[in-house]
Amino acid sequence: MQVELQSIHKSFGPVHANAGITVTIPPATIQGILGENGAGKSTLMKVLSGFIAPDSGTIFLDGRPVVIQSPADAIGLGIGMLHQDPLDFPPMRLLDNFILGRKGGLFPDRRTTTRQFLELAARFEFHLSPDAYVDTLTVGERQQLEILRLLWCGAQVLILDEPTTGISQPQKEKLFDTLKKLASQGMTIIFVSHKLEDVEFLCSRVAVLRQGSLTGVALPPYVTKELVQMMFGREIALSAKPPAGPGGAVLSLTGVSLEGARLLIKDVTFQARAGEIIGLAGMEGSGQSIFLSACAGLHRPVSGSIALAERDATGRSHHYFKKHGVAYLPAARLEQGLVPGLSLSDHFVLSEGIRGFFIDRRRATRLAEDRISSYNIKGGPSNTVESLSGGNQQRMLLALLRDPLSLILLEHPTRGLDIESTIYVWAKLRERCAQGTAILFISADLDEVLQYSDRVVVFFAGRVSPLLPAESLSVESLGELIGGKGWDSFGKGAAGG
Amino acid sequence: MNGELILVGLAGVLTAAAPLLFGVIGETFSERAGVINLSMNGTILLSAMGGFAVALATGSVVLGFLAGAAIGGLVALIVAFASITLRQSQVAVGFVLTLLCRDLSYFLGNPIMGETGPRLGTISLPVLGSLPVAGTLLFRHDIMTFLSFLLTVVAWIFIFRTRPGLKLRGIGERPAAAYVRGANVNLLRYLYTVLGGALAGLAGPIYSLSVKAGWKGTISGLDGIGWIVLAITIFGGWSPFRVALGAYLFSLLQWLGLVLQPALPGIPSQVLQVAPFPLMILTLLLVNIGNAEWVERSLARLPAPVRRAVARALRALNVTPPAALGIPFQKE
Amino acid sequence: MAEARVSHALVQIGAVLLALLLTTLVLLASKAPPFAAYANIVLGAVGSWEVIANVLVSWVPLLLATAGLLLTFTVGLWNIGIEGQITLGAIFTTWALRVLQASGMNPALIIAVSFLAGIMGGALWAMLAGALKTFGGVNEIFGGLGLNFVATALNLWLIFGPWKRPGVASMSGTVPFDHSLWLPTLTAQSRLSPAALLVAILSIALVYSLIQGTYFGLRLKAVGKNPHAAFLLGVPTWQYMMASFALCGVFAGLAGAVQVTSVYHRLIPSISSGYGYLGLMVAMLVNFRASLAAPVALFFAALNVGSIQLPIVLKLDSSLAGVLQGTLVLFVLFAQGARQRLLKGRSG
Repeated sequence: MQVELQSIHKSFGPVHANAGITVTIPPATIQGILGENGAGKSTLMKVLSGFIAPDSGTIFLDGRPVVIQSPADAIGLGIGMLHQDPLDFPPMRLLDNFILGRKGGLFPDRRTTTRQFLELAARFEFHLSPDAYVDTLTVGERQQLEILRLLWCGAQVLILDEPTTGISQPQKEKLFDTLKKLASQGMTIIFVSHKLEDVEFLCSRVAVLRQGSLTGVALPPYVTKELVQMMFGREIALSAKPPAGPGGAVLSLTGVSLEGARLLIKDVTFQARAGEIIGLAGMEGSGQSIFLSACAGLHRPVSGSIALAERDATGRSHHYFKKHGVAYLPAARLEQGLVPGLSLSDHFVLSEGIRGFFIDRRRATRLAEDRISSYNIKGGPSNTVESLSGGNQQRMLLALLRDPLSLILLEHPTRGLDIESTIYVWAKLRERCAQGTAILFISADLDEVLQYSDRVVVFFAGRVSPLLPAESLSVESLGELIGGKGWDSFGKGAAGG
Repeated sequence: MNGELILVGLAGVLTAAAPLLFGVIGETFSERAGVINLSMNGTILLSAMGGFAVALATGSVVLGFLAGAAIGGLVALIVAFASITLRQSQVAVGFVLTLLCRDLSYFLGNPIMGETGPRLGTISLPVLGSLPVAGTLLFRHDIMTFLSFLLTVVAWIFIFRTRPGLKLRGIGERPAAAYVRGANVNLLRYLYTVLGGALAGLAGPIYSLSVKAGWKGTISGLDGIGWIVLAITIFGGWSPFRVALGAYLFSLLQWLGLVLQPALPGIPSQVLQVAPFPLMILTLLLVNIGNAEWVERSLARLPAPVRRAVARALRALNVTPPAALGIPFQKE
Repeated sequence: MAEARVSHALVQIGAVLLALLLTTLVLLASKAPPFAAYANIVLGAVGSWEVIANVLVSWVPLLLATAGLLLTFTVGLWNIGIEGQITLGAIFTTWALRVLQASGMNPALIIAVSFLAGIMGGALWAMLAGALKTFGGVNEIFGGLGLNFVATALNLWLIFGPWKRPGVASMSGTVPFDHSLWLPTLTAQSRLSPAALLVAILSIALVYSLIQGTYFGLRLKAVGKNPHAAFLLGVPTWQYMMASFALCGVFAGLAGAVQVTSVYHRLIPSISSGYGYLGLMVAMLVNFRASLAAPVALFFAALNVGSIQLPIVLKLDSSLAGVLQGTLVLFVLFAQGARQRLLKGRSG
């Protein structure tokens, strides 16, 4: 089925997510949609799949204009979307997830459906058990379930939104095989991603979005530099890293084991030194988040000990860590790090931990103005924190950091930020480094990890690599480690100082 | 306390539990869809009064029950409107309505207090009713008690075995996922909330037309029943058979309170009457204890095999609410 | 900004009018004369100095309960257990009075000690609900409800058991205390105690300044709006929740103490008189802001007292007051929601 999007516009308040996008996708192709975070890819696909309605523009299927007001309409027309976090029902069984959404009689025929499910699964060599509960599956398996379900519901257009985030390498290879097979059988596949290699490998055409507009369409053979140019508008210059002058150990983990919802990190020994930046890399769900939380005192280790400088901090609360110079910045800025409804100056008052009973309003405003100007935040002291943009919220989180700190832990510090804010954030963090603060950060962006870290730790399915000097890694080698390859050279997964 | 009396007493427990069953099954539907109807206490009072009033005026018990269901559905509609369309807190609107409906029932029911109205008659099933033990216990009841048995079974089959039931569970667990599969989430939430309210609206008239016939205003003894219904819905893990068990347990406790009265002269009768309420609600502590953070912390300190056994036990006791309960569904 | 204020006020007025309309319809459905009923309520509330004094008597515990609830609402909790907290305050006050009444201590001192006991009782009961929530994971609505039932059972047991009147236990409560242990009133006839009035007014003022002007209040607000972020910012969240429960219990205990020492002079089965639940309604109506709590509570107290004569004069149940109060809060909730939806629609 040929899909044509004409002049699609969609705004969310002041943000013009899709600014007049026109693109034609021929049938039986794998069309790549490339662009960085916030380029408008997800919005466009949500419009196509009926999740949201466009402000203006038309969609044509096989040349006929169609109206898609809801996901039900889209499904009826044969358009199915696999969301980045598959929209399934975790506490229910696979078969129930499969049945839900397909029209039928009052009593679903479980036996026939099971048979059809197993046949479909066998066709694509997916090993899924209909009776298993979805919350026991990996992300890759949940994707497989969704793909089967969409096919069973008669999808002729399959949209995949960032499907390769969080799945293992073998699962990715299987996914790509499946997609190629489906395309050869006549299905139109739209592959949305910000990962160059995946798109270059898989897609027969690529459309690139940047800041809400279509910047270009490319055909194979792809030239990476051109795609990068279309994605970012300029070439990214990797700025020179000032050499780190590491000091004494600020954080030491000895024989620490952590238990998460679905994984086990066993027996990690690790040290972070003053003034150094350590990047934690790995697919989402490989253990970095739990590890970072443990370093903040937010997650108790099952065994082992944690020490801050010389002080034993094992089993202590997060506030103890805070008292001894540790700060934690969560990825969900507004949901977890800031208090919607309170003003900027309220936040500064809270974080200062000022003693006393009555609030000194003038002092609070002065403090707020001071911080706002030094961190260049676009907002006034009495503005509420939810009125700030994402970039300014991150600046706010940085501005709330006390001085001095021995360790800053950041979870995805630049996720969703524009280039300018990203550069600003790292400049501020480097300033702290120069003062002797150690920094641990999680990032899904391999370039960012390699560009800013002195040393890198890679996580894969709960295994923790030793501390690797950043110069010894390249994007490819790091990617391989993240994907689970090349771990044998480490021996038993222990990290050394 | 001879056998015959015990049998009759236990049959009475089943009868007294019938209104509770209508309430808890109704609330189970509503909460499975994601909406808490905290107005339950007021709804039961208002539908009891209203059902009695209509039955009194028309002489028809059937019309009384229909009126009760209509009242319950209407109140639930208000809850649904305020929480789904206006996106206000379900707790807030439910709490206001529970007080408002209670006061409405006292005010509008004032003129008919103490009147004698029509009552539900007892039916004895043809052959089964004459059975020695089971007959008295199970097969000689009024129609609403029989319906309460049926309702429990039908509700279970619907929720766990049918396609629309699957959709219902989906809406309460992850409305976004249901939405992309074509479900009109908010409409269905309205439907199930109103259905739940209508079922609860049948509970009230069972009291005023059968169990505690008539309308006695503030001394009707009905104030508080609605809260128990809400607690049992949680205790029963939003599953029809389990919540029915909770309802029977509460009824049993009430009956025991009456029965043990002469045996416990030291305890005033008023206290024994009230006792089942706190007992019932404090059982929530058991089903919720696995969630507490300090429990997780103490668990972490136990050796591995012990830890896993304890965790499994807690998980079996534990009940997880529908994940989207109380959270309005917004598309963007 | 001014436009928003005007639209806000209009919307509130609209809600009040709708509430009046609905209540009038209820009256008509009940074949009762609406104007006569309203007139009766107004007369019953302001028609004589005596009734005005009664309104103030009713205002005191309501205002105290509301003041305490504003604290728990700030931290994001629905302290439905407030009724039981008032009851326990009354029980502890009665207990202290019973123990000390024959001791020969200065009566003023006895009353003071009994007030302290009442505060302790209310705070204890509130912290129990708080502990159930913090350590037991029990939702404060059901924990509070359960404790309300326990408090009622305890109250009944005391009145019909160990503390019963000699001879036959009675629904009219325990033996009334000697006049010397009565809180001094304005005149011999009224039950209005200037001391109690002062305590209530000071309480709401205290709560207002606590929430608006102190670091404690700011931290409460932070916990209420985003507990996780507040925790990361360094606020010990569970301690602040417990503190808000304890403080609310203090005010609830005060309300219970006032009920015993200045209104009923004994323990009765319905000692909390629904002031707890009514306080929740007042708090909701003022959108959890302390500045309007006093006048709104006064209005609700006036409605309650004003409708006392309804059964006698018009043969109507006095729960009409509750109907008015309930519809008012309901429509204000609606109005709030409608405004939010409309505003959102406009800004896209």
